[in-house]
Amino acid sequence: MIHSARHFVKTALNMLVYRHIHCAISRGLASSRAGLNPAGRTSASLIAILLLGLGQQSSASVLPEDRTDFLYHRYSGGGVTIDGPSVLVRKSVGKNVSIAANYYVDMVSSASIDVITTASPYTEERTQYSLSADYLRGNTTMSMGYTSSVESDFDANTYSFAVSQDMFGQLTTLTLSYSFGDDTVGRSDDPTFAEDNKRQQYGVGLTQILTRNMIAALNFEVITDEGFLNNPYRSVRYLDPNSAVGFSFEPELYPRTRTSTAIGIRAKYYLPYRAALETQYRYFSDTWNIESHTGSIAYVHPWGDFTFTAKYRHHSQTGAHFFRDIFLRSEATNFRGRDKELSPLTSQTVKLSAAYEFIEDGWNFIDKGSVNVSLDFLRIDYDEFRDISVGQPLGSEPLFSMDAAVLQVFFSFWY
Amino acid sequence: MKTGRLIRVILPAIALAALSGCSSIEPWVKPYERDRLADPIMFLDMDPVSSAYIYHVYEAREGARGGEGTAGGGCGCN
Repeated sequence: MIHSARHFVKTALNMLVYRHIHCAISRGLASSRAGLNPAGRTSASLIAILLLGLGQQSSASVLPEDRTDFLYHRYSGGGVTIDGPSVLVRKSVGKNVSIAANYYVDMVSSASIDVITTASPYTEERTQYSLSADYLRGNTTMSMGYTSSVESDFDANTYSFAVSQDMFGQLTTLTLSYSFGDDTVGRSDDPTFAEDNKRQQYGVGLTQILTRNMIAALNFEVITDEGFLNNPYRSVRYLDPNSAVGFSFEPELYPRTRTSTAIGIRAKYYLPYRAALETQYRYFSDTWNIESHTGSIAYVHPWGDFTFTAKYRHHSQTGAHFFRDIFLRSEATNFRGRDKELSPLTSQTVKLSAAYEFIEDGWNFIDKGSVNVSLDFLRIDYDEFRDISVGQPLGSEPLFSMDAAVLQVFFSFWY
Repeated sequence: MKTGRLIRVILPAIALAALSGCSSIEPWVKPYERDRLADPIMFLDMDPVSSAYIYHVYEAREGARGGEGTAGGGCGCN
């Protein structure tokens, strides 16, 4: 079964972008990341400063840390369970190149509101591979990546490129990114069905050290899609006097183009004691008339070998211009959709996570190791999408809402 | 329309920032003052594998995309 894998956007690319942020900071201070105690960190910093002074001209930005993560993820909510592994391996090759590879699987078991009202529950699997490489030269990092996602009825290939430049004494990092996606949409019940979707993404990111306690990032991203953008299995409902329940279903039909703009700003602040506070805001609008505001606040608190994080995120959006919970008649408008994600909605997330560092002082070739358990509780209230599974008479169905729990357990190793 | 307006504002700002890179700006936060910023708790993306996944969940469950940091992947979103 197909999903909205058109959300499929540049894992590889994004793995490229954000890690450059700390290039500016990490010059010579990399050892302080390795979990040294405060006293050790101070002396490491002093040594680093001396080295910095000596190597000011020759050493510039740095490549991302060598690191491997083994993640198990499980999403459960609204009749849908999706779980699977994700493995991300990053290793530098020589002084100027860093390679990253990601293997990710979604195993889906769905009896969601969309499925139980118009189709049959199903299970399926999506597998994604990503490969990316960074090349560092002076203060410039050039990156490229490729991501492939395969489902029984949806193939997606994404090619990404980025250039990142550290400027102004490493206080500022500017990143330009571009990615191109090429999807093929199929149908599991119709082997002859094949539609294309092309996607381009343009991004500009600016990361700025503001004070010795504060870093901020500005992200601007435009994404354009062209092709078959709706889900071939989903339906809209319309008033039908010939139907016993008063309505019938017909296939949805989306516009064949979509352009979206997102601008995000985030800032992280080191508190007077060793803890961090992060705020984030994102404004989004697109040519389907979806407009949204997303904000979050997070608090990170280390305690001994543990690091605790708590986060609250709030998202509200208007609906797409062609979304209706019910249309007045068959083929009432040029474009028709009843995807609940296109409805006006409010979503709220509370996240709690704890990380424990079980290798601090090195073991064989491993410098540091940690285990992290994270839980996200997600609540979505839909303003126009109604719950027709409860069997209420037409017009009196309650508005739909859903809760989901997202579990992540992952082991991370630095080497 | 909104996209056009945003581009008109942001592109000149970026061009200005890029051009001013030719002149030397004295860093107001010295390298030896960046120890706190180098603390892992100050990383904007502390765990890339985890943030890529959770932004993917948001993109599958909401109508917006991009601009929020890492994202990626298709989804099982029906």
